[in-house]
Amino acid sequence: MKLTLKIWRQKGPEDKGAIQTYPVDGIDGDMSFLEMMDVLNEQLIEKGEEPVAFDHDCREGICGMCSMYINGRAHGPKRGVTTCQLHMRSFKDGDTIYIEPWRSTAFPVIKDLVVDRSAFDRIIQSGGFVSVNTSGNTIDANATPIEKENADKAFDAATCIGCGACVASCKNASAMLFVSAKVSQLALLPQGDPERKSRALNMVNQMDEEGFGNCTNTGACAVECPKEISLENIARMNREFLKASISKES
Amino acid sequence: MAKKYWMAASGLFLCIFLVGHLAGNLQLLLPPNEAKDAFNAYALFMTTFPAVKILSYLTYASILFHAIDGIMLTVKNNAARKEKYAYNKPSANSVWTSRYMGVLGTAILVFLVIHLWAFWAGMHSREIPTYTLADGTVVKDLYSEVYNAFKQLWYVILYVVCMLPLGLHLSHGFTSAFQSLGLNHSKYNSIISFAGIAFSILISIGFAIIPLTIYFKY
Repeated sequence: MKLTLKIWRQKGPEDKGAIQTYPVDGIDGDMSFLEMMDVLNEQLIEKGEEPVAFDHDCREGICGMCSMYINGRAHGPKRGVTTCQLHMRSFKDGDTIYIEPWRSTAFPVIKDLVVDRSAFDRIIQSGGFVSVNTSGNTIDANATPIEKENADKAFDAATCIGCGACVASCKNASAMLFVSAKVSQLALLPQGDPERKSRALNMVNQMDEEGFGNCTNTGACAVECPKEISLENIARMNREFLKASISKES
Repeated sequence: MAKKYWMAASGLFLCIFLVGHLAGNLQLLLPPNEAKDAFNAYALFMTTFPAVKILSYLTYASILFHAIDGIMLTVKNNAARKEKYAYNKPSANSVWTSRYMGVLGTAILVFLVIHLWAFWAGMHSREIPTYTLADGTVVKDLYSEVYNAFKQLWYVILYVVCMLPLGLHLSHGFTSAFQSLGLNHSKYNSIISFAGIAFSILISIGFAIIPLTIYFKY
């Protein structure tokens, strides 16, 4: 199939950037979206032009690196898939496709479609962990009984791959779905319980400091999330943060 | 993030206010000869009874706070995305009322200014004709102010149309407030969302019925 691509091109963080149009031919319906981008880049390199920079790694939907805003939606038109798992059969011959980077003040563009998502790393560093004693007396995680329902909910939250689609699709560029998935995953397990208060406070404060917007409960994030993380997690984090704000001594 | 809790709490308080306000105003549906005494006595009670006075100050404060907090949140949210998308399709993932709460809220605020100027100011400061209650007390005749206002077609249209943004604002705001306060539970979510829709319909239609009844029936 033949397509017209309208792609955001930006030389570097300081460059203004603009949408540029590229015709691309010979696209097969079985190609993934990223393979289509590879075809385009090969064509650009042959012509001696700069290829389009984009993030990708595993290409099997589990690493969270690919991050394209396709035709006005994070990871394109399909539900529950990352850009790498989106196939060209979802488009028609002659289609025009807009491809833009995640737009968020907290995710500055590095080049073309590549954005800097280290704000997420700093949020994790502020509390998204369980402190364990590793001096030889570590307890086997499986030795702690955990209610099945909570184990499942924690697992569901833990499937978040941190791609940032929630931020990209939120009208306020809020990171609540990501942060709440990380807070929930640990708050639901006994191992995460001792640090639950400081975790909720520190992670939320870091999130605000990074410049993400506030949650207005539009629900866009959960619809666009490739891992279909539930809004239930946001409510859980709201509870965790409220309880911690009221009861934590310092 | 604390701003969101206050937004939810003040919003829910204003929802309770709306219930009380509507319940009292439904007396206006009585035939004019009965309503005049009942409503004027009610207006006197609402402006003089100490506990109601405290509640009224709390309501003014909540409205102001809800509006200012909303503006502050909107400013921060806009700053979180300085560069907009060239092509965006939010209709694919969210309901438009949830994305335009600020616009709907502003419409309600504009209506509120007109509404307070028309009736609240009449009761609290402006000179209006008086009425003698059945027990002999002389009070400001707020009923006639309302009645005369709702005998003008443009006024009725304004009031009925303004109930639309109120209903739409509530249709998202009511359930959203529960989520912001962390009150989400698989057992009760469907009840909360049903209550939100039912509440927004009942409140907006309930208020709209009053000017329509006075204009067409009395």
